[in-house]
Amino acid sequence: MLLIPCPYCGPRPEIEFRCGGEAHIARPQDPAKVDDAAWGDYLFLRTNPKGVHAERWVHTHGCRRWFNALRDTLSDRILATHAVGERRPDPPR
Amino acid sequence: MHRFSLGTLIAGAVLGEHRAQPQWRSPPPKSAYAAVIVGGGGHGLGTAYYLAKEHGVRDVAVLEKGWIGGGNTGRNTTIIRSNYLQQESAAIYEHALRLWEGLARELNYNVMFSQRGVLMLAHNDHDVHSLKRHVYANRLNGIDNEWLTPQEAKAICPPLNIAPTVRYPVVGAALQRRGGVARHDAVAWGYARAADAMGVDIIENCEVLGFMRDPRGAVAGLETSRGPIRAARVGIVAAGHTSVVLARAGLKLPLESFPLQALVSEPVKPVFPSVVMSNTIHAYISQSDKGELVIGAGTDQYISYSQQGGLHIAAHTLAAICELFPQFSRLRMLRNWGGIVDVTPDRSPIIGLTPIPGLYVNCGWGTGGFKATPGSAHVFAHTIATGEPHSIAAPFAIDRFSTGRLIDEAAAAAVAH
Repeated sequence: MLLIPCPYCGPRPEIEFRCGGEAHIARPQDPAKVDDAAWGDYLFLRTNPKGVHAERWVHTHGCRRWFNALRDTLSDRILATHAVGERRPDPPR
Repeated sequence: MHRFSLGTLIAGAVLGEHRAQPQWRSPPPKSAYAAVIVGGGGHGLGTAYYLAKEHGVRDVAVLEKGWIGGGNTGRNTTIIRSNYLQQESAAIYEHALRLWEGLARELNYNVMFSQRGVLMLAHNDHDVHSLKRHVYANRLNGIDNEWLTPQEAKAICPPLNIAPTVRYPVVGAALQRRGGVARHDAVAWGYARAADAMGVDIIENCEVLGFMRDPRGAVAGLETSRGPIRAARVGIVAAGHTSVVLARAGLKLPLESFPLQALVSEPVKPVFPSVVMSNTIHAYISQSDKGELVIGAGTDQYISYSQQGGLHIAAHTLAAICELFPQFSRLRMLRNWGGIVDVTPDRSPIIGLTPIPGLYVNCGWGTGGFKATPGSAHVFAHTIATGEPHSIAAPFAIDRFSTGRLIDEAAAAAVAH
C-alpha cells in the first residue's frame, strides 16, 4: 500500500485515496470542431510510461480535494505531489 | 521432434529421467527473418506456431526479453471459459475454447486442460439479472452456460457456503461446464516445442531496443540487445509492456498497465472440484493438480510496472474467499506475486494492423488473456500472414477507439474495473 503525501493533509495511507489517472489531459476547447480521431485520442489515449508518471489523485476519505502527483511506475515511489493549478515540479534525479 | 506417447512414458518411468532432452533449440538470432514475433508468452509462441503450421511461414523468430512463459503466461490463475456477453467476444473466446479442447493432441504435449466447470456466483438481484443475461446471450451464440440455484451450485462445488446468513449470500450461479483450467507453463512449452520443430527460432534474453523503417515508413527490422534483425513483418505480443515497446516505434495505444495479483496456498488434498468466481465480492479460486488453491486477486488502482501489488488488494480477496469457504480460513498462503496487465478502455483486446505498414499488434488482453491463448494466436497468425485481419479479429481493430464501436466487456474478469 502506498503512503501518499496529500498536499493538504500530509502523508496518509492509499486506501483513503482514489487515483484519477493521467494528469494534464486537456479537453478540446470546442469538441464539435475536432475530428473523431482527435476526440478518441482525448478520451482513450494514455502515455502509460515505465518511469515518471504525472497523475491525479483525490483524497476521498480525507479533505476530498484533488491534487497531482509524480510517481515512478517502476518503483511506485511518489516523487512529488502538488496542488492542481500549481506548476508541475521537476522530478528529483 | 521427439514425439511423446504411452511407450515413451513407460520407457521414461523405467529408464529414468536422465534421458530427457531439451525440447527446443536455443539458436543465436539470424540477421533476417520473414516474420518476427516480439514476446515469448503463450500468445506469441502460439502465433509463431500457427504461422508455421497453417500459413507455411516457417522463417520466424520469437524474441523474448526474459525467458519464455516468464511473464503473464506463468503468472495467471489459468482459468479458461468463453461465457462472454458480447457477440464479438463470444466468438473469439469460443474459438479459443474449441482449440483448447484439442490442444494437447495437436501439440503432442500434455497441457493438462481440465474442463471441470466454471461457476460464477450471484449475490444480489443485479448479479442475477446480469448473469442470467449472460446465460441467454451465450446460448444464442451456441455457448454452453446454465443457471443454477444455490443448492445446485453447492452440488457442483461442495465447499461453497450457501448459508443465507453470510454478509453476501449466494443466491444463484451461472455454470459453464466446458470451462476449466490448464497448466500454464505447459502451454508455453508445448507451443515452443511444436513451433521449434517446424523451424521457428526461439530467442530468449533478447530485448527490442528500436525499430528499423524503410523509406516508405514500413517496418524493416528491429534493433535488439542481440544485434539488428531484419524482418518485413513484425508482430508485437508484449502484454503489459506493449506501450513500452511501441513507444520505441513512436506509437501510442489506448492502454494502461496495472499490476494484477495472484496467490497460492499450501498444497492440500483434492477439496475443490471446480472453478469458482465471484465478481461482486471479488474472488476467484480453483485447485491446482499439485493441491495448491490458486487464488486471483485484483488490480491496483494506479498504473505500475512493479510486478507487485498492494497487500490490501490480496487481503480483500482473501476476506471474500474466507466468507465463501470458511474451511480455508486456516490455510497458509505460500506465494503471492503480480503480473503487469495491459488494459484497454473497453476491456477488450486490440488485435490487428497498426498505422505502420508491416507492424501488427496483439495486446490489451487485460486481466483475462490466458483463456484466449490459442484463439488469439490463431487469428493473429492469420492477420500477420495475410496482412488482413481474421474475420474474428476484425472487430478488435484499433480504429474502434475513433469510430466508437467499442466492445464493452467490463465483466471480462472477476476484477472490479
